[in-house]
Amino acid sequence: MLPFLFEWVWDMGHYVFHGAVWAVLSIIGMGMTFCIIKSVVDTMQGKTGHDPHH
Amino acid sequence: MDSALIPEGVKRCSLWKFLLALALVSAVLMWGVYAMLLCWVKGLNQTNMNDYYGFALWIWADLAVIALGGGAFFTGLLKYVFGKDELKYIINYAVLIGFICYSSAQLILGIDVGQPLRGWFIFWHANVHSMLTEVAFCLTCYFIVLTIEYIPLSLENRQIKKVPFFANLTHNMHSAMAVFAATGAFLSFFHQGSLGGVSGVLFGRPFSFREHILIWPYTFFLFTWSAAAFGPSFTLFVTWLTEKITRKKLVKDEVIHMVAKISGWMIITYIIAKSADTLYWMFNTAPSQGLQWSFFYQNNPFYGKWILFTEIFICGFLPGLLLIFKATRENPTFRVTALVLGIIGVCLNRWVLVLQTLAAPVLPFDSWVLYIPSWQEVATTILPIAYGVILIMISHRYLPIFPQERELNPIDAPPASVVSRQPAPTAVVEGQSA
Amino acid sequence: MKQTQSQQRPKRYGMAIDLDKCTGCGSCMVACFAENNVSFREDETNKLLSITWLRVYKMTNDKPFPDTDVCYIPRPCQHCAGQHEGHSPCVSVCPATATDYSLYTGIVSQIYTRCFGCRYCMAACPYHARYFNWWDPVWPTGMERTLSPNVSPRMRGVVEKCSFCFHRYQLARDKAYTEGKRPIREAEYQTACTHACPSGAIVFGDLNDSTHQVNRIVRPDPDNHYKARNPRAFRLLERLGTDTKVYYLSDREWVRQAGDNYLADEQPGTIGPPRGGSH
Repeated sequence: MLPFLFEWVWDMGHYVFHGAVWAVLSIIGMGMTFCIIKSVVDTMQGKTGHDPHH
Repeated sequence: MDSALIPEGVKRCSLWKFLLALALVSAVLMWGVYAMLLCWVKGLNQTNMNDYYGFALWIWADLAVIALGGGAFFTGLLKYVFGKDELKYIINYAVLIGFICYSSAQLILGIDVGQPLRGWFIFWHANVHSMLTEVAFCLTCYFIVLTIEYIPLSLENRQIKKVPFFANLTHNMHSAMAVFAATGAFLSFFHQGSLGGVSGVLFGRPFSFREHILIWPYTFFLFTWSAAAFGPSFTLFVTWLTEKITRKKLVKDEVIHMVAKISGWMIITYIIAKSADTLYWMFNTAPSQGLQWSFFYQNNPFYGKWILFTEIFICGFLPGLLLIFKATRENPTFRVTALVLGIIGVCLNRWVLVLQTLAAPVLPFDSWVLYIPSWQEVATTILPIAYGVILIMISHRYLPIFPQERELNPIDAPPASVVSRQPAPTAVVEGQSA
Repeated sequence: MKQTQSQQRPKRYGMAIDLDKCTGCGSCMVACFAENNVSFREDETNKLLSITWLRVYKMTNDKPFPDTDVCYIPRPCQHCAGQHEGHSPCVSVCPATATDYSLYTGIVSQIYTRCFGCRYCMAACPYHARYFNWWDPVWPTGMERTLSPNVSPRMRGVVEKCSFCFHRYQLARDKAYTEGKRPIREAEYQTACTHACPSGAIVFGDLNDSTHQVNRIVRPDPDNHYKARNPRAFRLLERLGTDTKVYYLSDREWVRQAGDNYLADEQPGTIGPPRGGSH
């Protein structure tokens, strides 16, 4: 999973597989971080969180 | 007593009735938990698996629930990425069912492995060429996505959403949901496919081995396709079941019909592709390994040609046709029959690719070996079902899972404390199924 | 040690088992049990739960008396190379790299402390050469003292299999290293089953080394996935593309035919290259 582990090989298989994994984790992580930070800011600005979807 | 937690404008049964039902299901759950603890404490000798059946009921259950949970990713993809906005009336339930299916799969895998405490090795020491590695990564990532999709739903609870931060978080997560849904669809494509690849890459097992496109065997694509086809069917079936149990119409018929139509077309296209794959395997792949296809359906007391016929015709073409024709699709009896057949079909497909693969002898001097699961295996497979029922019960009672419920089941807006004591409505609403 | 290995050309340890010599006595199985600390239970009647790194199968030609013929076929791990070196059915699927293919020896290893017991490798192996520890290993009182210190016993919940007595290779390698980094001699690395076979049916050595007996018997063709040139020799399920390192020898045609699956109109030796495992 990480380059310092002995079974890691710098080959195409590892680039593609772990590239996709880390990209997905980054998207999920950044997405959630954005939502949480924006919610904190919104709350501090006194917004009530009206949700147009529901 | 719990009326303050129940969504506004909807009726729920009394708390005592609810708790009684919860206790009954919990008893089943505890039976499963007991069996699970037996497996963890005493080891997998509690099962009827053996050295010929390294994979058995649990792996089948895993593959089956993940296929059935495919409604979540496919509905999410259609709603958030392809803009089918009508699906917003059923997406919550699809997500909940998906969440249950995927958490169940993780739980079953946790029981299935011989050394559960080493489960993290699959991530840490990953062999990127193994289909199971791809499954583990994508499945876990997608479970995170499903959790993210379920969070805003759980924050919709009447009391929780009074907290401004949670209300804002719900709103912001909804705004970002397209990104999560697209990520989930990407992950689902790969893990559904990888589950198909698990058996398709076994070049030592002529029953399940398939030719490849790049590194992926045909079963990779067929599994993704079938999950997208039968997953929505399962969502519709559970919705129908929930409507029957709650004696309420929860989703409008036009939404049901639309999902059924999509599912029907996916099933019919899938089953055509599956038939082509089967024919190619029958007349090309299997003979190239020195075996007639009929070899895999004889000389044993269970796996006959009936299983192939059932999977492809009775549980494939038939439900597909029933769902694509308007007259049968909009007839509740035909529709539910088609959904049930479809669910059986996809479960049968997973069974065959896991169990029949291992049952058929490969060495010429070996013979068929059949397997019957132990009660511990059955109990631990029922465990997730009980867990799922409990989660649905709690979510349905306290969360606005079905956005159309209020509209379809109008009440005279009495105080919420009175509502909870009302008997469940029995009046037939216009367009109610069955 | 690594440097010494890389300076030598790769080995390809393999086995030739003459089925016409094998009497089915089971000495090889017993030797394997004792050598490799294979655990057993009080009741071993269910063979689907028994751990037998090397198992002797019995085959018959299904003909009535007086044409009845019997053949015993010892089956260790076949140490498959796959269609490209290292693409063994089991190694390619293990999700945690708990089983590995050595390019130095051609031996498929099993790392017990790495295995988390998913059993995917067992599902992948068409030879049923892999066994799961369904129970904790328990030896009768006092028998622990007979265990080999060179082989680690396996815990419950992991998969194990024949290693071609890899610990013997390690001992031979260490000895050769300390004696001037010389190559390992043929007699220095032999498996326990080879030593135990009273009829000399099992021959073990480096298939790449023309001085080794196994090479001279099998005459493997490196340009054709090491297919045997000896017409008496065959490998199990060769057409699946597993490219195994255990060769069997027999003068009897029905025995050679029993090594693989054939359609009614096919004969051994007339089939094309395997299609499996070519990805």
